[in-house]
Amino acid sequence: MISALKRRALWVGLGLFFVMVLPFIFTGYKTSIATEILIFAILAMSIDILAGHSGRTPLCHGAIFGVATYVVLYYVTVTGGSVWVGSLLGILAAVLTAVVFALLAIRTSGVYFILLTLALGMIVWGLCLRWTSVTGGENGLRGTVRPEWLANQVHLYYFVAVCFVVLTYAMWRFVNSPFGQTLKGIRESESRMRTLGYDVSIHLFLGFTVSGLFAGIAGALYAFFNSFVSPSTVALAQSVEGLLMAIVGGAGSLLGAIIGSALVIILENAVSLYTERWLMVLGFMFIITMLFAPQGIVGAVKSLMTRYGRKPAQKSSQ
Amino acid sequence: MSMTFFQMLNGATFAALLFVVASGFTLIFGLMRIVNLAHGALYLMGGYIGYSVGIATGNFFLSAVAAALGIALIGLIIDIGLLRFIKTTELRQVLLTLGVAFVLNDIALVIWGGDAFSVPVPQSLQGPSNFAGLVYPKYRLFVLLMGVLIFIGLWLLLHKTRLGALIRAGVDDAETVEAMGVDIKRIFVYTFMLGSALAGLGGAMGGAFLTLYPTADSEILVYSMAVVIIGGRGSLKGAALGSLLVGMLATFGQVWFPELAYFVIFGPMAILLAFKPLGLFGRAA
Repeated sequence: MISALKRRALWVGLGLFFVMVLPFIFTGYKTSIATEILIFAILAMSIDILAGHSGRTPLCHGAIFGVATYVVLYYVTVTGGSVWVGSLLGILAAVLTAVVFALLAIRTSGVYFILLTLALGMIVWGLCLRWTSVTGGENGLRGTVRPEWLANQVHLYYFVAVCFVVLTYAMWRFVNSPFGQTLKGIRESESRMRTLGYDVSIHLFLGFTVSGLFAGIAGALYAFFNSFVSPSTVALAQSVEGLLMAIVGGAGSLLGAIIGSALVIILENAVSLYTERWLMVLGFMFIITMLFAPQGIVGAVKSLMTRYGRKPAQKSSQ
Repeated sequence: MSMTFFQMLNGATFAALLFVVASGFTLIFGLMRIVNLAHGALYLMGGYIGYSVGIATGNFFLSAVAAALGIALIGLIIDIGLLRFIKTTELRQVLLTLGVAFVLNDIALVIWGGDAFSVPVPQSLQGPSNFAGLVYPKYRLFVLLMGVLIFIGLWLLLHKTRLGALIRAGVDDAETVEAMGVDIKRIFVYTFMLGSALAGLGGAMGGAFLTLYPTADSEILVYSMAVVIIGGRGSLKGAALGSLLVGMLATFGQVWFPELAYFVIFGPMAILLAFKPLGLFGRAA
């Protein structure tokens, strides 16, 4: 009988090994799908910091993500700057957006929080659509921002994979830190945390900002991956897709966000082969998840394990 | 006629349309505590239904009625077919309506395609009206009149009928209303259908002067949300005042800062929210 710690190390090792050998199993265009999954997994995990770990469901992360993508593409293709400076600026812009959003939204909770973050995300969308002189309007911005050594799909995959591993570890540390535990406390009972002397607003504000930081990094990586950005990158559908990933996999679990991302992106690519009705499929997925599996895949597996008398697995990714 | 006055009329007529749509939104939000994120999609669907009926029959009145009834029916299906099953958790209901919005929009795209349409306007409402030196499109004045009439109608419904009294009581405390032996679920269904019908009617009305196209739903949804955030959940007065404010800001914003029009609406909204999180007429649940 191996100890829980060893078992966890084994799973993490297996996961890492899988991420590293993936391009050998899935060659060609499938590698780029894998790259996309990893980028969106980062976005979904950043959403989960709020939706799963803080009890605030945001519908603006597509906008935060897309702001970074826009800035990177604008800085590189229009002003001709270096992609690394551009990425830094892009992430900074995303964090700033998150700060403004957070200042306005943390006072609210529940349905109001959804409403307000949705409206805020929409402002960014409206701005990207109308501010044609900078954003290119409907046509968006196009251009390769990748440096020479990342031109190859496989190289890009490994670059994204390294970022993914580092960021996943960072987010895992974050949600398990005393700060992250406080956020969970706020999720469970805001009034109790307030009575215990915690400053709920500051915690939520910082949680929101950190979440925006990770969403922004994902957005900058997306600029590397996609070489194109248009208002649809910051549209509501993007925020919804990210939230769906976090919820389908299992809100409150970073592993769930990764599984959700893989599921949604694979499904999106599979569905696109047969039909153009991806948005309808996305909508139905949301409806079905909300009706039948609000706790997501990870949650369902855990409750199954409990039902069959086994101790639930260690929360290896929380 | 001065340009500013012309713009003010534009703002007022847009506000009248917004009121029709947002009053449905705020009624549902107020009573059932859920933000119906499919409200914009219902508006667009109503507009498309109005367009098709208008093309087929040539009767604007019929197309407005068909839009309202058709969307009320869809509302009925959403409420008793989906929302009823997860009555206890508002967050799940809200996210579910988001899924519904995506499905409805895509269905609309399949049926009507991606082209822009306008609901046909009857002959008598076409062209400009010339009234005491004031030249203004007749149809937009008609929308203004309709907005005022619907406000009066809704006010009478809410304040002079038993159903209205129950809805108002439910906005304040649904649990107590239920404890007093009222079938609150029925009230919920009626409200959801009424709110949806208003969205559908708004679609037919708005579809005649703002065109209908695939992303028109999210624009009207965002405007409606701004109205409800400003006016306060479940308040008819709030919806009226919020509509007027948003309608004016949107119209003048588009004239003065065409690229930043959204900021002009949401700036004041954000400031208001910082001081009055429940809106002008909102009351704590």
